[in-house]
Amino acid sequence: MTTSIKKLPDTEQVLSGNGACGGCPATMALRIVGKALGSNAIMLLTPSCSVASMGMTPKLAYNWPCINITFATAGSSASGITHALEIMKEKGRLQGELPTVFSWVGDGGTYDIGFQALSAAAERNDNMIFFCYNNEAYSNTGVQRSGATPRGSFTTTTPTGKRQPKKNMALLMLEHNIPYVATATVAYPGDLYDKVVKAKNIPGMKYIEILAPCYLGWQFDMPETVQMSRMAVRNGAWLLWEAENGKIDFNNPSSQIISGKKKAEPVNEYVMKQGRFNRLLKGSDAEQRIAEIQGDIDHQIAFMRERAKITI
Amino acid sequence: MKSAQVTMDTGAHAAALAVKSARVDVVPGYPITPQTSIMEAIAAMVENDELHARFIPVEGEHSSMAAAVSASAAGARVFTATSANGLLYMHEVLHMASGGRLPVVMCNVNRGIFAPWTLWADHQDSMAQRDTGWIQYHCSSNQEVFNTILQAYRVAEQINIPVMVNFDGFAISHCLMPLTLPPQEDIDRFLPPYEPEWRLDPNHPSSFSNVTNAAEYAPFRQMLSEDILAAIPLVKQAAQEYKDITGMWDGDTIDTYRLEDAEVVAIAINSMAAELRLSIDILREQGIKAGLLRPRLFLPFPAEDIISALPQNAQVMVLDRNYNFGHPGGILASELKSMLFGRRNDITVKNRVMGIGGIDLTRRFMAAEIRAMMDE
Ligand SMILES: Cc1ncc(C[n+]2csc(CCOP(=O)(O)OP(=O)(O)O)c2C)c(N)n1
Ligand code: SF4
Ligand SMILES: [Mg+2]
Repeated sequence: MTTSIKKLPDTEQVLSGNGACGGCPATMALRIVGKALGSNAIMLLTPSCSVASMGMTPKLAYNWPCINITFATAGSSASGITHALEIMKEKGRLQGELPTVFSWVGDGGTYDIGFQALSAAAERNDNMIFFCYNNEAYSNTGVQRSGATPRGSFTTTTPTGKRQPKKNMALLMLEHNIPYVATATVAYPGDLYDKVVKAKNIPGMKYIEILAPCYLGWQFDMPETVQMSRMAVRNGAWLLWEAENGKIDFNNPSSQIISGKKKAEPVNEYVMKQGRFNRLLKGSDAEQRIAEIQGDIDHQIAFMRERAKITI
Repeated sequence: MKSAQVTMDTGAHAAALAVKSARVDVVPGYPITPQTSIMEAIAAMVENDELHARFIPVEGEHSSMAAAVSASAAGARVFTATSANGLLYMHEVLHMASGGRLPVVMCNVNRGIFAPWTLWADHQDSMAQRDTGWIQYHCSSNQEVFNTILQAYRVAEQINIPVMVNFDGFAISHCLMPLTLPPQEDIDRFLPPYEPEWRLDPNHPSSFSNVTNAAEYAPFRQMLSEDILAAIPLVKQAAQEYKDITGMWDGDTIDTYRLEDAEVVAIAINSMAAELRLSIDILREQGIKAGLLRPRLFLPFPAEDIISALPQNAQVMVLDRNYNFGHPGGILASELKSMLFGRRNDITVKNRVMGIGGIDLTRRFMAAEIRAMMDE
């Protein structure tokens, strides 16, 4: 049973007065993550919205020690911290339960510039939780495309809409044979909370990717963050799943879409509500471009349904 | 009391032994010739429980320095090593170590840089990192590599500035020379355990390298600039105390040979300076009053020590193993000239670039070069 939002702990690791936009999905997600991790943790960030909004020095809106490190190195930097803590404990210089080391990184710092260091940290199975909050673009630098930007999406570097589909990053992480991979999104806070609690208690590399609909990049109305997140799950553009030791399990409601109990909602409304997509409607090739978006979603649902059957 | 142990060893292995003696906690590493043997030796020491540390086999040098920086921020004593393109690949993260005031110690085994490809020594790699805010030593023997790494930790941890210990590929890294290993208790006396003033600690949540406004950023940078200069007395103190404990001396900020009465002063760094001593003897035999001044510390540039060591009216011959692109000659010469300007108008400075990409620098060749420079 998924933990109800009413049952989440009252403790807050994300303090009020930070610099994020109203309705920021990254901050919303971090708040849930904080409830699951508690205060005994070390947070590692790379340049992104989450750094820009954590408060200027010496203020800090996240109640952990926070290190902002070079953009490409979230994986290797977290490895450095986790090995340092473990050896200092072995040598008797640290006592008690070691803090959870976690990276909090955007899709740019995960899919693109940070991919190499993350892949290597995963292959070494270093002990950390790597969170990617995926707002499907480089938001901090003014919304440019990333490897997570879906086909059809307008960004400042895809001024006629992106022509390539996004990568399936969570699946790529699963193929590193790490002990835990999960996807989540802000509309399902209990699901996210449970996954973080689970990850916290598994040694080795854990990867959790959180879809984070960003009103600025996606161009919808600020109060609709959670609604956008829920729509993405209901139409199958975002699938909720987790994999312990390589075995994929889909979570509700994605599990119903995968099993065929429920049909994925058509993508049209999702597209219409977002400026990043609905500009396509003005083009003479609108029909084809929207069909491509739907096609990518259908393909991923079908592909993941088959991929999950591999349990060896 | 245990006595020192004398062996024959390579410079690369001397470096690994120094890392072991320094009781380093975390070593991220990635192979590149001619540094590789340091990492291999450390990986083996960790695997055999000779060194109680973590070796992190990262996927590249950018990550190697990032892991070093982060492990240091977590409170560990860290080490890594690289050469040439590996060092260049680290460039962005080198600034993270110095700006973050983390006492990382790294060996750079000097090698010429790509392109075209070369495996052999020159100093373009470390010179290209001149403005990263690292303290830079250059060593001229295997023993000095060992001694300097220990001194580097002392200095780095006193002042929270990273230190790069440079020595030439092959001439030092791969050649056997006598090596004296002081007893571990002497080293422990010289280098106490690392106790950071600050570390990433959940009991004290604080940010590291967060966004600053100019009013905060500028003083950070100013402090770094001033503190790098303040390393000079600490470098001297470390050399002196190391000598008091172990009896070994490689010079402090500078090292000199037959300098007092010299009329012609050769200035060079790293392994070529060891060979230059023999060139000085050749020149002396030819009736030329030659002497040697070797900056052991390249950054901060030991200006005052050089100014007071140079004899009156000396003709200075700077032998550079790098290019100062956009200027004739090399970087060592231009550092020297800018420091002498207005201070020692009695000195003349001449400069030649040599030994690029590992071209052998023999005593006879360098003696002849100096003679030719005198006639210029
Ligand atoms: C090496 C390097 N290149 C480029 C940048 C500029 N930069 C800062 S944040 C950013 C985008 C971050 O995107 P993402 O990781 O998706 O986080 P978001 O801003 O979307 O939260 C870029 C390109 C940088 N800081 N470092
Ligand atoms: S731009 Fe988007 S991700 Fe960035 S702070 Fe604003 S809402 Fe959050
Ligand atoms: Mg992003």
